[in-house]
Amino acid sequence: MQLIYEQSVPGRRGVRLPASDVPPAAALPATLLRKERAGLAEVSELDLVRHFTNLSRRNFSVDTNFYPLGSCTMKYNAKVLENSAALFAPYHPMTALLPGGVALCQGTLGMLHDLGKMLADITGMDEVTTQPLAGAHGEMTGIMLIAAYHAARGNRAKKKYVVVPDSSHGTNPASAAIAGYEIITVPTAPYGDMDLELFKKAMNDEVAAVMMTCPNTLGLFNPHIKEISDIAHSHDALMYYDGANLNAIMGKVKPGDVGFDVVHVNLHKTFGTPHGGGGPGSGPVGVKKELIPFLPQPRIVMDGDGTFQLEVTNPGSIGRTANFFGNFGVMVKAYAYMIMLGREGLIQVSEQAVLNANYIKEKLKPYYDLPYDMTCMHECVFSASKQLAHGVHAIDIAKFLIDKGYHPPTVYFPMIVKEAIMIEPTETESKAVMDAFIEVMIEAALTAESNPQALHDAPLTMPISRLDETKAAREQNVCCAW
Amino acid sequence: MNDSHYCPHTPEEIQEMLSAIGVATVEELFAPIPAALRAKTLNLPPGMSEFETFSRMQAISGENRQGMINFIGGGFYDHIIPAAVDHLSGRAEFYTAYTPYQPECSQGTLQALFEYQTAICRLTGLDVSNASLYDGGTACAEAAMMALRVTGRNKIVVDGCVSPFSRQVLKTYLFNLDVEVVEIAPQNGLLNRAELTALLDESVAAVLVQNPNFFGSVEDFTALADQVHGAGALLIGSVYPIALGILKSPGETGIDIAVGDGQCLGNPLSFGGPSFGFIAAKKSFIRNMPGRIVGETVDRNGKRGYVLTLQAREQHIKRHKATSNICSNQGLCALRGLIFLSSVGKEGLAELAQLNRDKAEYAKAQLSAIPGVTVLQSAATFNEFTLSLPKKADDLVTGLLARGIAAGVPLGSYYAGAENCLVVTVTEKRTKKEIDLFVKELEVALCN
Repeated sequence: MQLIYEQSVPGRRGVRLPASDVPPAAALPATLLRKERAGLAEVSELDLVRHFTNLSRRNFSVDTNFYPLGSCTMKYNAKVLENSAALFAPYHPMTALLPGGVALCQGTLGMLHDLGKMLADITGMDEVTTQPLAGAHGEMTGIMLIAAYHAARGNRAKKKYVVVPDSSHGTNPASAAIAGYEIITVPTAPYGDMDLELFKKAMNDEVAAVMMTCPNTLGLFNPHIKEISDIAHSHDALMYYDGANLNAIMGKVKPGDVGFDVVHVNLHKTFGTPHGGGGPGSGPVGVKKELIPFLPQPRIVMDGDGTFQLEVTNPGSIGRTANFFGNFGVMVKAYAYMIMLGREGLIQVSEQAVLNANYIKEKLKPYYDLPYDMTCMHECVFSASKQLAHGVHAIDIAKFLIDKGYHPPTVYFPMIVKEAIMIEPTETESKAVMDAFIEVMIEAALTAESNPQALHDAPLTMPISRLDETKAAREQNVCCAW
Repeated sequence: MNDSHYCPHTPEEIQEMLSAIGVATVEELFAPIPAALRAKTLNLPPGMSEFETFSRMQAISGENRQGMINFIGGGFYDHIIPAAVDHLSGRAEFYTAYTPYQPECSQGTLQALFEYQTAICRLTGLDVSNASLYDGGTACAEAAMMALRVTGRNKIVVDGCVSPFSRQVLKTYLFNLDVEVVEIAPQNGLLNRAELTALLDESVAAVLVQNPNFFGSVEDFTALADQVHGAGALLIGSVYPIALGILKSPGETGIDIAVGDGQCLGNPLSFGGPSFGFIAAKKSFIRNMPGRIVGETVDRNGKRGYVLTLQAREQHIKRHKATSNICSNQGLCALRGLIFLSSVGKEGLAELAQLNRDKAEYAKAQLSAIPGVTVLQSAATFNEFTLSLPKKADDLVTGLLARGIAAGVPLGSYYAGAENCLVVTVTEKRTKKEIDLFVKELEVALCN
């Protein structure tokens, strides 16, 4: 397809601007002005609409294809959530920060407060900040809260390390490093969880925090989690819960009950908000009461009379992690999702997410190597090692699936599984969809034996075949030349 | 059974699946969670229908004051949004997709992001852009960390005229690192250049400025760029994309890294988000850029295509050695920005920028004609300016809010001694009639 810039014709317009009803201003000095216009596209509204409509048709999406992308919880996004977010489009965030402004924003502030309460209940925390803008941003915020906690106790210099399992999301060590910590990585034991003995050896009083996902990225719930928390706490290290996999456990277990002190939640995963082709997400952070004094500002608090206020002058706070109140529109969608499903609905979400993952796991087990063969939670991780014997890699199976109309599972993650294929069906898929997917996965396994070349050639039905990624990295052509 | 109608299984299907797994109940699947650790309570309310949910959301929205006339900015701006932006970004193929890790079935998102990066490069006059960051404040922080990596130095000098929110985000990002952040107090709404000169030494990694700044002043930082480069540091400029329709671009100024908030480009105010942050830089810094970058390449048949590139900078490959921890960005908001810019177009953005300035200059002249009211800065302004008022700005703003006018941002909470200062924003959406009403209401308020 042509780029929008290649369709540009000087003088064309996509929208008519309002006419001026004021006199023209005096010209600015030339030293302040740009020499030539920014080279934006010049297209008609119809050109614009066709271009982006046709571009959209070159995407797989949840609304068009099964999207079992492990670790990403690509569930269906209810349409009423979009309608709900649109209701809040006109509200300027500065209004709440003006003198007398909070009285005009009781709806939005109250909703954020209520959302925080519900998330605190689900995660077993005492208070939640909705400011973090995505999961990784929540991780960074959470680790900064932990840093502030240690600093307030005079331990800033002493606490140098953050411990993560080798199966963790890459954002965990990256977020801890951004927040100023060195990383200690603990290997996974043959039983699929962080090796308990090696963890004990790794722990010392210089560890500030232990970051874990539970269930972990293998989809397994760690039965030793309470023991791990107790060991961490005995070294005055705090427990951080990466909520990326929260979809598995709502109403079943609360991170706060098993020793976690800080939690982030991915609203765009567990709470039904769309992923937007890479964002926006939203990553609220919950904390136990010891960490409340350090929460970001402005903090929304409820007065005795039920009105909502903004606390903006707490000297202990880590400050701001975003300019305003977080990705508010995303939180509106998550809030609508939560009140619509309610208590029983959210419990059912986790139950059926776990049911679906185990169903796919059992059905595919005869065809793909399952390195950690046990009851999984919301996702299961296979290895394409059997297929590798025929020269077929996980990526080849992924591309074969694309030809069959399925978005591939996550491949090559977690890194501890060779040729990993990580499948997360979510609760919103029907048995019929999963059965059809299972058939295609079996076909891929059989084709790997009979005709591996067919898998190497895939995909053949897309607008493009496999891309030369080395050329992209070498040439670094990241913007269309003038 | 189905409390969530988004869980589609019938009881019979659930039984079939349980049999296939070899368990009797769904509950058995939760056996790996030790019984002692199981949740004892969940106090959420019962669920409701779609209709009831939407009614509830309407009621919540209705608890906010509607229909205010906005003269407030402070980083988020009330601009027009062409109807096509909502419709096209509302295509579910865009908004229900995820990160384009599988390029063959994600060319829509990938090409759009390449076009977005192109728009940002052309707007800023710089060579490379990423595929978006979270917001304007975090983009300032990411740019500062990028400069720390590039220079290997450990001090960031920040003009106090930069948005106080962005400065707070920057300080939060850097608080647990061995990095010094030095702020320069503003001088009549402008950068205090003498103080900057005194601070510029070999420890400074970058100087962060904003144009137009929080007071609304427009400055030429061309000479500053030379001075900063002479000291071996980088110049980071936070810019307002609408203003770039007419104002000197960061590239022309000599700025090394340009950042800003893209809300003004087709994203609704939405109580502060989601918007997007952008970052653009000179090409030599590309390997130090944070976040996802889309690159052009060819497929096996030589056909042009787009792919996420230079991923070795990113957290999912490099883990703790990544250039940033960012994973999810604000892609859909960046797409809205691209559609907005492509709709308004090359000439249209310049006209839109001029319209903003015309309206603001009219408002400035009318407001400063009120006895006792003056304009703080002698410098040029774009669509924001700072008034010096004969009374406390906080009290005036409170009074005008009750009259349905959000008069501006009082500076007293952000700058000591600025209690009588008010930053007024006038976008193209404000009519002459609304401006005249504001002038009249302010006059009355000052008489009381």
